Amino acid sequence: MKLKTFALGGVHPEEHKLSANAPIVNLPLPAQLVVPLGQNLGAPPKPIVKKGDEVKTGQLIARAEAFISANLHAPATGKVVKVDEATDTSGYRRPAIYIEVSGEDKWAEGINPTNELVTRLDYSRDEIIAKVKEAGIVGLGGATFPTHVKLMLPPGKKADYLLINGVECEPYLTSDHRLMLEKAQEIMQGIRLMMIALEVKRAIIGVENNKPDAIAHLAAMALAHPGISVQALKVKYPQGGEKQLIKALVNREVPSGKLPIEVGCVVSNVGTAFAVYEAVTKNKPLIERVVTVTGLGLTKPSNFLVRIGTPVSALIQAAGGMPENSGKIINGGPMMGKAMTTPEVPVVKGSSGILIMPRELSSRKEPQACIRCSKCTTVCPMGLEPYLLARLSKLERYEDTEREQIMDCIECGSCQFTCPSNIPLLDYLRLGKFRTGQLIRNRK
Amino acid sequence: MSKLIISGSPHVHGDESVSKIMYTVVLALVPAMLVSVYFFGFDAIRVLAISVAACVFFEWLIQKYLIKGPLTINDGSAVVAGVLLAFNVPANLPWWILVIGALVTIGVGKMSFGGLGRNPFNPALVGRVFMLISFPVQMTSWPVPKPLFAPQLTDAITGPTALGILKEGIGAGKTIDQIMADPHMPDYIDRLTGNMSGSLGEMSAMALILGGIFMVIRKVIDWQVPVSIIATVYVFAGIFHLIDPQHYIEPAFHLFTGGLMLGAIYMATDMVSSPMSMKGKVVYGVGIGLLTIIIRLWGAYPEGISFAILILNAFTPLINMTMKPKRFGKATA
Ligand code: SF4
Ligand code: SF4
Repeated sequence: MKLKTFALGGVHPEEHKLSANAPIVNLPLPAQLVVPLGQNLGAPPKPIVKKGDEVKTGQLIARAEAFISANLHAPATGKVVKVDEATDTSGYRRPAIYIEVSGEDKWAEGINPTNELVTRLDYSRDEIIAKVKEAGIVGLGGATFPTHVKLMLPPGKKADYLLINGVECEPYLTSDHRLMLEKAQEIMQGIRLMMIALEVKRAIIGVENNKPDAIAHLAAMALAHPGISVQALKVKYPQGGEKQLIKALVNREVPSGKLPIEVGCVVSNVGTAFAVYEAVTKNKPLIERVVTVTGLGLTKPSNFLVRIGTPVSALIQAAGGMPENSGKIINGGPMMGKAMTTPEVPVVKGSSGILIMPRELSSRKEPQACIRCSKCTTVCPMGLEPYLLARLSKLERYEDTEREQIMDCIECGSCQFTCPSNIPLLDYLRLGKFRTGQLIRNRK
Repeated sequence: MSKLIISGSPHVHGDESVSKIMYTVVLALVPAMLVSVYFFGFDAIRVLAISVAACVFFEWLIQKYLIKGPLTINDGSAVVAGVLLAFNVPANLPWWILVIGALVTIGVGKMSFGGLGRNPFNPALVGRVFMLISFPVQMTSWPVPKPLFAPQLTDAITGPTALGILKEGIGAGKTIDQIMADPHMPDYIDRLTGNMSGSLGEMSAMALILGGIFMVIRKVIDWQVPVSIIATVYVFAGIFHLIDPQHYIEPAFHLFTGGLMLGAIYMATDMVSSPMSMKGKVVYGVGIGLLTIIIRLWGAYPEGISFAILILNAFTPLINMTMKPKRFGKATA
């Protein structure tokens, strides 16, 4: 049978799933946690602790005041030593809460920190959304959009499907893969809770076919859950893109500039489903996540369960330390991740992986003239013309970039990946998107 | 630890490169090269060598002393232009005409527009058409193939091409049956394998198609361009053949004679001068097919694909502007 996938474009980078067989390992608590305040898309929460305060694991330390925002909780028991700026994975300085870890985990009241499986599902829609909001859950696929907002459908809209992203199409990354293997039961519960909140009858988990063990395992689990099914997908990047996943799973196309709900879909990540389960059934806030630490030169490519705020350098140490010839540290995968200036930054809610690239693979190749081969156009999953958008951006013709739909670019990097002339297309596209966005906002 | 490298995503790159693409084209041309050497012997090697060497030399000369820009002779594009130029001329072409052709190919066809990627026309075709207009006699005196290992019986040195016989016959008011009876007319097998008079590389449809399939598999060309050209020629010639079979030859004849395969598979697919979107490629291919057959049926030249490609090259920017790829999230029109 021909496997499903999205229709337009796409590339297939080398997979390098080095840590696919490394079970999730609990990383020991570090001596100090640095918890940045802006870990979600939208407004950062406001701190409600001050220097000298004692905090328990899971205790609220910053409250979301805006609608699109997420609560923040203490990832471990300890003492707030300062509320100050810190460099985060994006390379920017942001306000952060510094916690000196006492060593012993004392959980805040009402939280069930055990691993026992809870299968109770008699929660109301409002209860689920309230608990998810309280727990500060955001999309763990990397976009960090507050999950409670996603669960509250705009008035008049109805969802037909909840689509669960277990694609993990970025090369190297395996955190979702391991979670699907090790926490399938919990993920199922989380999906069912989200289905109740969204009032949908059907949920489909999409997984790329390079994870046959996860597909088989989830499919077996899904038998016990009416309405939930698993769909194997052809391996093709960027299938994890929301619009691409919807196209692949239910063959619906989200119109340009619109949200998935427009075509009756809500998309969430497997990690998020797991977090929803923990939040609703155990009152457990989002204070830890699974992070892949990997790279071709690393001695122990691993998947760690890490408390938010742990320095990335500690993760790298646990994976065997920085190899001699390291050239680049990437927060995320090689296609969409960001190069970091230093490993002395904390893990945040959106950190799915840390990738260390050897020096010889870290530099870009020398760009040459565009030979108009149209490969960038062929691989663009949004049907755009990257060579043209890049040229128009360079010429600062933002009226034209707008007309050519530059705002549809999902910054997947497929065009630049495939360009035989090594043209940094995405650099130009990002700049063009930024300027075109300004143009559009100014007009309003 | 030495300094970390910071650059935007993506942090990995596919294994495509300009030189890889160009040498894949050269590789795809090898079967046709071998066939040409088989049929024309040393002459074929001579023409290929002079053409490639002259193209690479002029590219180097112009880049180093005229433009004073970066040297890109290693990217393989001059080699491709050289082989294609050689394929478009008779095997007995005097060397100096070939050198002039190479100069026009590289100097006018490519460098005068700013080099690789900026030339609106296929450089080898610019060179070929220039030679055809400037040296019409030498450019149309076609050597008769003398297969390497075949006994050399024939004493004719040059002969007409199949398309030439056709054009002349029609002009003289002969019927298709009479034309096909001409002793110089190659038979089916010869048309397919390339045992007939003509330019160096246009002979063997089989070798050219083989290379074409290779290029499609290696994603160096898209099948839309050659297939739409060939299909258009076939359908259009077929309609006229059905109307009047004694005046218009069967369509398959057009596919396997003259430069159609060479043009459709290797010249029209030149990335730089052809459209970017799939829709645009089809429009471009249909345009080339139509013009080719119009010139062949009613034009002054027996052959038409070179002109057709150059003319459609001129439309490429317009096609690019109007034929956009199908955007995601737009209802199919
Ligand atoms: S980065 Fe943007 S333009 Fe490039 S392939 Fe992805 S969506 Fe298309
Ligand atoms: S892939 Fe690169 S060389 Fe090819 S058309 Fe696009 S920008 Fe130009």
